[in-house]
Amino acid sequence: MRVGVVTFPGSNCDYDLYKAAQQIGAKVEFIWHRQKNLDAYDALMLPGGFSYGDYLRAGAIARISPVMEDIIGFAENGGPVLGICNGFQILCEAGLLPGALVRNASLRFESKDIHLRVEQTDTPFTSEYQKGQILRMPIAHGEGNYEADDQLLEALEAEGRVVFRYVSSDGELSDEANPNGSKNSIAGLTNKSGNVLGMMPHPERAMEEILGSIDGVGVFLSLATNLSTVVL
Amino acid sequence: MNHFRMEILVKPRPGLLDPQGKAIHHALRSLGWSDTQDVRVGKAIYIDLEAEDSDTALETAQAMCRKILANPVTEDFEVSIVEHTERITA
Repeated sequence: MRVGVVTFPGSNCDYDLYKAAQQIGAKVEFIWHRQKNLDAYDALMLPGGFSYGDYLRAGAIARISPVMEDIIGFAENGGPVLGICNGFQILCEAGLLPGALVRNASLRFESKDIHLRVEQTDTPFTSEYQKGQILRMPIAHGEGNYEADDQLLEALEAEGRVVFRYVSSDGELSDEANPNGSKNSIAGLTNKSGNVLGMMPHPERAMEEILGSIDGVGVFLSLATNLSTVVL
Repeated sequence: MNHFRMEILVKPRPGLLDPQGKAIHHALRSLGWSDTQDVRVGKAIYIDLEAEDSDTALETAQAMCRKILANPVTEDFEVSIVEHTERITA
C-alpha cells in the first residue's frame, strides 16, 4: 500500500501520520501542498495542525492549495482519503465532506483523551473494528464543533455516514461526553460513497501502548486490509 | 478604472450557536449591561480593488465571499462600498 501524507504549511501531525501508516506496513511519502499528480498513491491522508495559521477559517486557505485539485479528483475516483483534525476541516472546506467545523461550544481548545463509539464498520477505515466498540484516543482542537442543518443531519443518519460518535467511557451519549458541542455528537463521518473519512480525534496518536492507547490502529489496519484486497 | 474600498461583513447565520457571542453576552451582563439581549460576533474584511463601476466592484466582492471569504454552511455575508475614488485615464 502506497500512502501519501499531505503536508501544508502549518501541518504538525504529518510525522505522526507517516509513522502510523508505516507501522501497518505502508510505503509512505510526504506530499508537499504544491505537488501535482498523485497517481502513485493508493491512499491519501490529510494531517492535523494549523494549515495557513487557520486564517480566515480552519482549512479555508488550505483547500485552495494546488494539491487540492488532485486530491478532489482522487476522491471522486473512489480513492480513499482520510482527514484527521485540521485534515477533516480542510475536507469540509473543500466540499468533499458536507457541513462545517466551528468553534468549540466550550470556547476552549480541548486537548484530552475522549471516548468514541464505532457506528459503522462497512467503511474502508473501520472494517477492523466491531460495531459499537468503544475507543479511547486524544483530541486536540479549538474548532471541532460539527455543524450541519437538520436536513443534512437527517440525511447523514439515514445513509449511515456517521462513523464515530463521542460517548462516555461506557458508551453512552451525553452532553458531558461531547467535548466540543458537535451536532448529534458527530466525531467522524464519510462522504456519500464512503471513501472519504473525516474525523476530529487523532487515531495516529493512539498507535502504541506507550502512548496510552492502541485504539487508533484499527483505522490504519482497516485501510491496509481493504486496499490489499482491492489492489491484488 | 475606479478605485473602491469594499467592506465585507461575515456574520454567523441566524440560529447557529455562536459561542463567542454568548461569552461576550455574559461578559456584558456581568459588567452591568443587563438589558443586553443577544450578541453575535462576525468579522469585517476590507478589500481595495479596481473596477469599472460600482456594480462590478460589488459583484467581484460577492464572488469572493461565495468562493472563500464566507462559509455558506455557517455564515452570511453583506458587501458594501465604503470608499470610491474615480480615476481619470487619458
